[in-house]
Amino acid sequence: MMNFNVLMLEMAVAVLALVVLVADLLMDKAQSRRSLGYLAAAGLTAVFLFSFGRYGLNATFYAGLFSSDDFSLFFKQAFLIGTILVILFSFDLVDRLPHSRAEFYVLLLFSLIGMMLLASANDLITLYVGLELMTISFFVLVGYVLADTRSTEAAIKYLVLASASSAVMLYGMSLLFGISGQLSYAAIANGLQPSPALLVGGVLLFSGFAFKIAAPPFHMWAPDVYEGAPIPVTAMLAMGSKAAGFAAMIRVFVDVFPATGYPWAMLVLVLAGASMLVGNLAAIPQTNVKRMLAYSSIAQAGYLLTGLLSSTVAGVTGMMFYLMIYAFANAGAFAVVAAVSKHRNSENITDLAGLARQAPVLAVTMTVSMLSMAGIPPLAGFMGKFFLFSSAIDAGYLWIAVLGFVLSMVSVYYYLIVVKSMYMAEPPDDRPFEMGLPIRFTVAFAMTATVAMGVFPAPLSRLAELAAQSLFR
Amino acid sequence: MSWPILSLILFSPIIGAAIITCMPERYERAIRLVAASSMWICSILSAIIFVGYDWQSGGVQFIEHIAWLPDAGASYSLGVDGISAPMVLLMAVVGLSGVYSSWRIDKRVKEYFILFLLLVAGVAGAFVARDLLLFLLFYEVVVIPMYILIVVWGSTKRVTKEYAGMKLVVYLLIGSGFMLAGVFMLYIGANPAGLRTFDMTELSRIGLSGQLSAEFQIVSFFLMMLGFATLASMWPFHYWSPDGHAGAPTAVSMVHAGLLKKLGAYGLIRVGLLMVPVGFKFWAPMMAAFGMMSVIYAAFICLKMTDLKYMVGFSSVSHMGYIVIGIATADVIGLNGAVANMFAHGIMTALFFSMIGHVYNTAHTRSIPELGGLAHQMPKAAVGFMIAGMASLGLPGLLSFVAEFTIFLGTFSTYPLVAVGAISGIILTALYVLRSLADVLFGPRLPQWDKLSDLKTPEMVPLVVLSLFLIGFGLFPSILMNVINSGIEPLTPLLAKIKTAATLWGGL
Repeated sequence: MMNFNVLMLEMAVAVLALVVLVADLLMDKAQSRRSLGYLAAAGLTAVFLFSFGRYGLNATFYAGLFSSDDFSLFFKQAFLIGTILVILFSFDLVDRLPHSRAEFYVLLLFSLIGMMLLASANDLITLYVGLELMTISFFVLVGYVLADTRSTEAAIKYLVLASASSAVMLYGMSLLFGISGQLSYAAIANGLQPSPALLVGGVLLFSGFAFKIAAPPFHMWAPDVYEGAPIPVTAMLAMGSKAAGFAAMIRVFVDVFPATGYPWAMLVLVLAGASMLVGNLAAIPQTNVKRMLAYSSIAQAGYLLTGLLSSTVAGVTGMMFYLMIYAFANAGAFAVVAAVSKHRNSENITDLAGLARQAPVLAVTMTVSMLSMAGIPPLAGFMGKFFLFSSAIDAGYLWIAVLGFVLSMVSVYYYLIVVKSMYMAEPPDDRPFEMGLPIRFTVAFAMTATVAMGVFPAPLSRLAELAAQSLFR
Repeated sequence: MSWPILSLILFSPIIGAAIITCMPERYERAIRLVAASSMWICSILSAIIFVGYDWQSGGVQFIEHIAWLPDAGASYSLGVDGISAPMVLLMAVVGLSGVYSSWRIDKRVKEYFILFLLLVAGVAGAFVARDLLLFLLFYEVVVIPMYILIVVWGSTKRVTKEYAGMKLVVYLLIGSGFMLAGVFMLYIGANPAGLRTFDMTELSRIGLSGQLSAEFQIVSFFLMMLGFATLASMWPFHYWSPDGHAGAPTAVSMVHAGLLKKLGAYGLIRVGLLMVPVGFKFWAPMMAAFGMMSVIYAAFICLKMTDLKYMVGFSSVSHMGYIVIGIATADVIGLNGAVANMFAHGIMTALFFSMIGHVYNTAHTRSIPELGGLAHQMPKAAVGFMIAGMASLGLPGLLSFVAEFTIFLGTFSTYPLVAVGAISGIILTALYVLRSLADVLFGPRLPQWDKLSDLKTPEMVPLVVLSLFLIGFGLFPSILMNVINSGIEPLTPLLAKIKTAATLWGGL
């Protein structure tokens, strides 16, 4: 039966995107598109609030092509919050664009739909469609500031590399399809026999995911693209695209890979260790905040991967908890970078100098976000790492937890360089910071959420656990 | 339900910091007063705890318990026993003295006191926590305010304050990374999924029952030791400490040497010895040997130091060596001495740094050869220096003597060789302390220091309060020792059980 109710959230976002598109045509060309941004954010907030009522639905659509379970719903909520926050601090950027301003929001919404599809993908075709919807929207978004050559360069890089990775992934999918003759995960898992082609197919599929989550050796695109892309798009790449990659990966990993009989945990282990090492060590010499955050996000992918080692509810819960709080920390950090970059027209770490004197709330938010990523209590990141690494220790991988804890403490070094710059140096000018209400809201929300989830992690971890359980049913 | 005194102790600095956050930056005097009053409240409550702790019945008292993260078995659970009650008092006294020693800070006063109070609150939380996750949470939290305090308000001498601060952070946090892995390994290994708990009492019971395999405990304790011993500045993990002291502002040095290092030692006992006793016993001879190295090596360096703050910094490494040795004895007497010395050294070193801070603030130098005859210009500060110095070299009548004597008593029966080596440290200590006191305080009056002022009322508070404890507990040690013993004595069955456990190097 075609139960379109299952697709409700995606349809709502698609309608919202079309409404924004049409409203843009009706508006005067010179008029500010701020109202459309508010419209998109308000619409998404409504969808987000509505989505809470859908826990426990656990239904599939069109012969298992699309699964709307608690697991996907949790991720969709993370994407929704992330997108709302990103829209709220993209107003300044959009106002400065010469043309095609409203389309920025529309593309953000379409990439959001792509992510939501990825979280629900229960079939190789849906997986690929969701992936491409998200990625193609990002091609445009990354290169959105045409006047900025870095943005264009980043877009070309992203286009070439992401297309190559899609092709590789598609090849992997075709091998899996060829062996099993099936597309839906459950059916593939039923019809598998260990064979070299299966191994190759699995590895190629895996490398496609690794590209999306920016795990070495598929991470090379991240620093350049993060640095060149407009700040809100970078934020969206860091939290949305990565989380969506993880959502799709977890489902494949839990539903399909165990049936192959190969020790995939070893691959995850190597990838996790490599991500932590490369991300944390390469972040140390960075001078550009966005580039530093890119390497830091590579490291975060490493921590997240450890949750996949155990393939249990506890591990997946840890990943989901971590992805949610990582979105808050990222939103906070990038919103601050956006505010500073508007004021000082630069994104270097040294340009954050004296922020603690000039705009104390921004400095505190930046500090809180970074220390949360590093896993310093009482911020949310500490709890996230506790969930992730204890699941890895439980699965018998003590040394990856040791590596993770130690390297996350190493990461404090490069985060503190930013903190030092904000607190120690004197501000270069004494103009007051001009910040609109939306960006203030984003900053305050991200900071509060990061502290609150660290001090009272129980509600979110409960929700994540509930959602993770739906995957193992 | 009775008053949640421990929560009040923990939250009074936090509330103080919150009030200061809301105050305008220009009311500097009011900000100082708020900071001081919140620490006074904290101190008075801590004194109530210390006096009100019923050492005759012992055990964990003043218990508070609220569910926090039930799925993971963690709770907001507070309580003190004979080991932590003196530590809570120490925290409050050093924190209070720290506020008064920072009275002359005039740069970004508001931010300074916010961060300082958060730092003290972190230490307070770690000492009162009865839940391991809560303990870790506070344990980790202290480093970040410390870093900002050093890089903004610190001083650049031999090394820059940025370097000193970052070195401290990197050493402490990387150590704690290993420690976190060790503790979570214990948490996972101690109970099967679903029954896991962070409750310290329960984990200690499991430690006593011996249900964890020796190999497991050895690995787990090794990881923990890397973290706790780094914080306790045990040789060869001490290298962050002297630079950290020298770069930090006065009150931060006081907290750092007086409280943070004690937190490391406290962790070794509370988490290491009690929860993975067999692992503890295995590594104990190594800790004793490294402790002895700390004592002798750091004392030798002190002999050569010309910067007062570096000297006291290395001297605190040396004194922490005694504490590590005392803990490593795994013997009732040695442990009693170790905990007493944690208290004694915390008070003594805070007094020392407070006095050095005053000299540095007025004379703008801490170089021993440049200073001289300061007793003429600042007789009150000279009294403080003398008391701290005499306590440092273990003069009978002061608390440190009692503590160190007890440690040696315990060590002789377990590690006679180490005891002999460590006692030689006393001679070296006497040498460098007396030399520096003579050079700085006595001798002819130097005219260039005539304009220096003596301690004013705010700086007198640390001197009076800290000396009171050093002398009072020195003359009546039983007030302190009874409480400590009530925490150590119940460990006798545990200590007897691990007496014959396998050790590294066959136990020296």
